[in-house]
Amino acid sequence: MAVQKKTSAIKSSSYHLLGIQNLSILEAKKILEEAKTFISLNRSPSKKLDILRGKTQINLFFEPSTRTQSSFDLAGKRLGADVMTMNVSNSALKKGETLMDTAMTLNAMHPDIIVIRHQDSGAPNLLSQKVNCAVVNAGDGQREHPTQALLDALTIINRKGKIEGLKIAICGDILHSRVARSNIYLMNMLGAEVNVIGPKTLMPSSIERLGVKSFTDMKKGLDKCDIVMMLRLQNERMQGTFLPSKREYYEFFGLTPEKLKFASKDALIMHPGPMNRGVEIDTKLADDINVSLVKEQVELGVAVRMACLKIYCK
Amino acid sequence: MKEKILINAHIIDPSQGMDEKGSVLVDDKGKIKSIGKNVKKTDAPSAEVIDIKNYIVIPGIVDMKAFVGEPGFEYKENFRTLSQAALAGGVTSVVTMPNTKPIIDNVSMVDFIIRRGRDKASINLFPCASLTREISGKEMSEFGLLSAKGIIGFTDVIKTVQNTETMARIMDYASDIGVLIMQHVEDYELSKNGCINEGEVSTRLGLGGISYIAEKIIIERDLSLLNEFPCRYHVNQISSKESLSVIKRNKEKGLKFSVGVSINNLSLNENDIGDFKTFLKLSPPLRLEDDRIALVEGIKSGLIDVIVSDHTPEDEEGKRLPFAQAATGAVGIETLLPLALEMHHNESLPLAKIIETLTINPANILKINKGSLKKGSDADICVFDLDEPWMVNGDDLKSKSKNTSIESRKLQGKVQMTFLAGELVFKS
Repeated sequence: MAVQKKTSAIKSSSYHLLGIQNLSILEAKKILEEAKTFISLNRSPSKKLDILRGKTQINLFFEPSTRTQSSFDLAGKRLGADVMTMNVSNSALKKGETLMDTAMTLNAMHPDIIVIRHQDSGAPNLLSQKVNCAVVNAGDGQREHPTQALLDALTIINRKGKIEGLKIAICGDILHSRVARSNIYLMNMLGAEVNVIGPKTLMPSSIERLGVKSFTDMKKGLDKCDIVMMLRLQNERMQGTFLPSKREYYEFFGLTPEKLKFASKDALIMHPGPMNRGVEIDTKLADDINVSLVKEQVELGVAVRMACLKIYCK
Repeated sequence: MKEKILINAHIIDPSQGMDEKGSVLVDDKGKIKSIGKNVKKTDAPSAEVIDIKNYIVIPGIVDMKAFVGEPGFEYKENFRTLSQAALAGGVTSVVTMPNTKPIIDNVSMVDFIIRRGRDKASINLFPCASLTREISGKEMSEFGLLSAKGIIGFTDVIKTVQNTETMARIMDYASDIGVLIMQHVEDYELSKNGCINEGEVSTRLGLGGISYIAEKIIIERDLSLLNEFPCRYHVNQISSKESLSVIKRNKEKGLKFSVGVSINNLSLNENDIGDFKTFLKLSPPLRLEDDRIALVEGIKSGLIDVIVSDHTPEDEEGKRLPFAQAATGAVGIETLLPLALEMHHNESLPLAKIIETLTINPANILKINKGSLKKGSDADICVFDLDEPWMVNGDDLKSKSKNTSIESRKLQGKVQMTFLAGELVFKS
């Protein structure tokens, strides 16, 4: 294709945060380093900085979200940006038109950064071509959720000191999960070994080509794993039959104290939330502060998003 | 009109096994009077002489699948713009699709389309009607009445008759009256939510995949039915290696049917979709490089009979959407021949084979007197330079819509002149 287009593509990949796939290892490490500096700030009584004072951040959410949206909201505010959140209901307007029309409208208001969540894979990429500010992907369809992977990485580093050399299992509904995809790219990039575990019907085609080993047996897949990431069964994305029943799923793929024993002795559990307790994870296990990192993930999520906003909001 | 003689021509006409330097003499009625190395300027001293300068002369191309846009989608393409695009690509006969608005599924619509085409188009048009009423997949169209009005074939274009009983009845009925059934092959249950090939690319892009099985299973079904109800049956477009194996098995068994492939599936693969290029959202989808190579081989071995442009004009609004919502299809009638010539230049297909799939093969399937330069045929002629390099620029294309799947591609070979019934209608 034309030379001219290639250069613009290179520019855009570092100008926006569209996915881990577009990120270099240096960029990923820079975000994580930056995020570390915000952890203690967020735990201190005075949490406000003015790094982004005068900047406008728009959160554009086409899909309902609680934690990601509030996390980005708080992150922007703590850095001193003016934050506006728009929840765009799909039923109100025709799909597609909404995205491009809204993009044009918002662009005219001179935002410095747009955080977008959209139900269609690739929507942030399309948006980034139409606006003059940075675009941060807060989850698109089944493609990527880069800030979730980055916060997961930060949480692991915070507990285990490093990612390189760790063995990480990602279990459950891999097919519908953007979190799984982003985590596969990032953990691989940072030197971990990644196993994916799930029923065959919820495993994406050619998943091994992404650099993972895939298993349908928890016992084999969890063997010697240091981190066990559980995923939510995304029933809302399932049309037709994928599984016989939730009961059967829990029996074979639900994380219980017994199944956790297959993993490394000091294995830790993660979950991007929201959890289906009793479907993919035993409810007591999810709340066990000795093994579950769920709360920490949420906490560090704010730090990671602050780092992303600081770096991309130029 | 005056007699014409095209001299210094390199004639390739697979319909008569001709590949030689010579001349083409066109009579005053626009028919081929004589052709070949033995035709001399002195044979027709009063004829207008056109020097072809050793370019290649082939029968005007017959494109078996193109969408016009009239009626209902004039903003995408109309008869005039389609004609200009076709002639610039050396295409003189076009089979038009019935998925217009309203759908071409009744006699009065056929009258309209023929009249409109006659007034506005400057190419030979061969309209299809829908296979089922309103392309609903339920009731068969009036095959007999529509054929009598000039309908060349019946197709639901981008839809497949899903109900096996309905398809069996259609084929049974069609076998008696001899109409051509052109089937889009896709099992909806298997392809729903899908928009590209199922595989690594769909996993990475987070897009729903369409497995090759969705195509294969309908071909298997239809060919089983064809065994019982031998009608004129044509598979519009195939996209995968697996489909070819089914076709091979059935053709070897002696079953009579024909198969098409889109130029897109012969020259692109799923990796070209890159970062959500919606112009490459096609149906059937682009698949693996292995599939592409198998399809080229399929042409070579004769398992695939025709190459079509699958010309599907879509305006910018329809394409500037998130991939899953974007319109499907690409324009291609103007670049059909030049892109097909790639397979000659990279030595994957003999030139005569490519020309055959673009001229006499579709004409034979359609049972029309086109695609040949035999004595007495209409002088629909395409003249092209096999080697001229150029780069595709969507904005320069004559089609009303600019959604080309090969933007900025460097091609070798370009149409220089197109004649329709002996008249020079396009000159580069």
